[in-house]
Amino acid sequence: MDTFLTIHEVNKLLRTRQVSSVDLTKAYLKRISEVEPDIHALVSNTGEYALEQAQKADEVLAEGNAGPLTGIPALIKDNMCTQGIRTTCSSKMLENFVPTYNATVVEKLHAAGAVVIGKANMDEFAMGSSTENSALFITHNPWDLERVPGGSSGGSAAAVAAGETVYALGSDTGGSIRQPASFCSVVGLKPTYGRVSRYGLVAFASSLDQIGPLTRDVMDCALIMNTIAGHDLKDSTSVPQPVPDYTKSLIPELKGLHLGVPKEYFVEGMQTEVSSATQKAIGKLEELGAKIDWDVSLPHTRHALAVYYIIAPSEASANLARYDGVKYGFSYKETDNMWEAMEKTRQFGFGPEVKRRIMLGTYALSAGYYDAYYLKAQKVRTIIRREFDQAFEKYDALITPTSPTVPFKIGEKTDNPLQMYLSDVCTLPINIAGLPAISIPSGFANGLPIGLQIIGKPFSEETILRIAYAYEQATGWWKKKPVF
Amino acid sequence: MKLSREEVLHISRLARISITDTDIEKMTEQLSNILDNFEILREVDTTGVPPTAQSIALQNIMRDDVITPSMPVQNVLANAPRQEEDFFKVNAVLEDQP
Repeated sequence: MDTFLTIHEVNKLLRTRQVSSVDLTKAYLKRISEVEPDIHALVSNTGEYALEQAQKADEVLAEGNAGPLTGIPALIKDNMCTQGIRTTCSSKMLENFVPTYNATVVEKLHAAGAVVIGKANMDEFAMGSSTENSALFITHNPWDLERVPGGSSGGSAAAVAAGETVYALGSDTGGSIRQPASFCSVVGLKPTYGRVSRYGLVAFASSLDQIGPLTRDVMDCALIMNTIAGHDLKDSTSVPQPVPDYTKSLIPELKGLHLGVPKEYFVEGMQTEVSSATQKAIGKLEELGAKIDWDVSLPHTRHALAVYYIIAPSEASANLARYDGVKYGFSYKETDNMWEAMEKTRQFGFGPEVKRRIMLGTYALSAGYYDAYYLKAQKVRTIIRREFDQAFEKYDALITPTSPTVPFKIGEKTDNPLQMYLSDVCTLPINIAGLPAISIPSGFANGLPIGLQIIGKPFSEETILRIAYAYEQATGWWKKKPVF
Repeated sequence: MKLSREEVLHISRLARISITDTDIEKMTEQLSNILDNFEILREVDTTGVPPTAQSIALQNIMRDDVITPSMPVQNVLANAPRQEEDFFKVNAVLEDQP
């Protein structure tokens, strides 16, 4: 059975009883076992439990009560709590941690009848841009097994691209949904900060983190957003804004839209294939009826990297202070000394990138440096946000490439942390400002995927989904499948 | 911005992460390189600009002070590295000097 199906295609098959959720789930479990030796996208698959969920879904389908997601396999990034299912954040620190509750988004998927088929590999604690920082194993890009799938939601993106699941959830703090979506030629959406509940998402940077979908097409993205978006009393940063039916905004033309192209996003060191594919894509948006302004400037874009790499590690140093070997997680036991036990738990439980970021954050927040680093970064953050707000007075959305390069080779950037950080220059500013953004496939260079990023003003997911949908329908990149 | 060995040791103590001698050297170099890139922020004029702690306008989100059932004890202890009866078992706190 073809496992390169979209949610809406599968939904039709299930509703018309051409296939049962159990048979569908078996087909996906089979695909997983066939390709995992090459891809390594999953930390765990739910096996028997997946079939139990599928059985329940089949009953709901038989009663005629099915929704758009009922009975459809979903993969969850391993930093979202799934009750009774190991949740590792791809770290030795949580290698054997089994949550006793579900993240709100997981509860919502279960209520919608989804079949959670497994947990996806990631960069440890979501810190990374290639999934090479996973303490468990490396995930390979289905478009070229010697290349990275991007990160930190690399497992989620690779699994969708390889047909191992119909869709996946990822999380995005500095680009971690969009960049892997770009690298794996799938659709990835980071909602407006506060649009989707973070309850049950293992926190990395609390003012930047958001959960979002990774899918084969834009319609699927809209369908998932309908289910996962919304206010949650358990997340005090979730916004009480009503959730529209995002599918209603999917119109295949862009008349009346005014789009801006910020020139600072065509960075030095960007691959020529990426900038030309992006320009071609923007030309297509113009053909579809949008008015394009190529001369937009957001001068403080170049400061976003520094702002992000001060704020995110600072927040991380606070969020990861809880991993002390006392209540859960890895615990160093070869000593009776309380502090030694804690310090060695953290020395052995955390990988090098996590330690690096905790150290950076601790430094930036420490006495004597707080003003120069953290406070300064927060002020430049305001300036960056204001720059976007000003641009959005004129434009409905901003268009940029998602990543300056095509997927790089495994091991290519691991020696130089700073080189790795630069792969997120186009995505970071969006998290800093809390805006929604989507990455969609915009072509290939020598068989390697390129992604287009569409940025919107707060709570304008409908607009960016519409632009993404129109482009997608006019180009059809989603029809291409990786062969490996 | 070149960090000294002592500064890195101090940070590791604040962060409560043990660090080996070989790792101190590598960490000092990597952190210094990264911090060099933060100098770019000095060129931004932030006079009169308020800091942004979070990008939404919400403030002081409260819930009613109503008692609801707490997490059952067995769930609380489900991932405990060491437990005894209904307690987390920990190393002695008061005998140690930080």
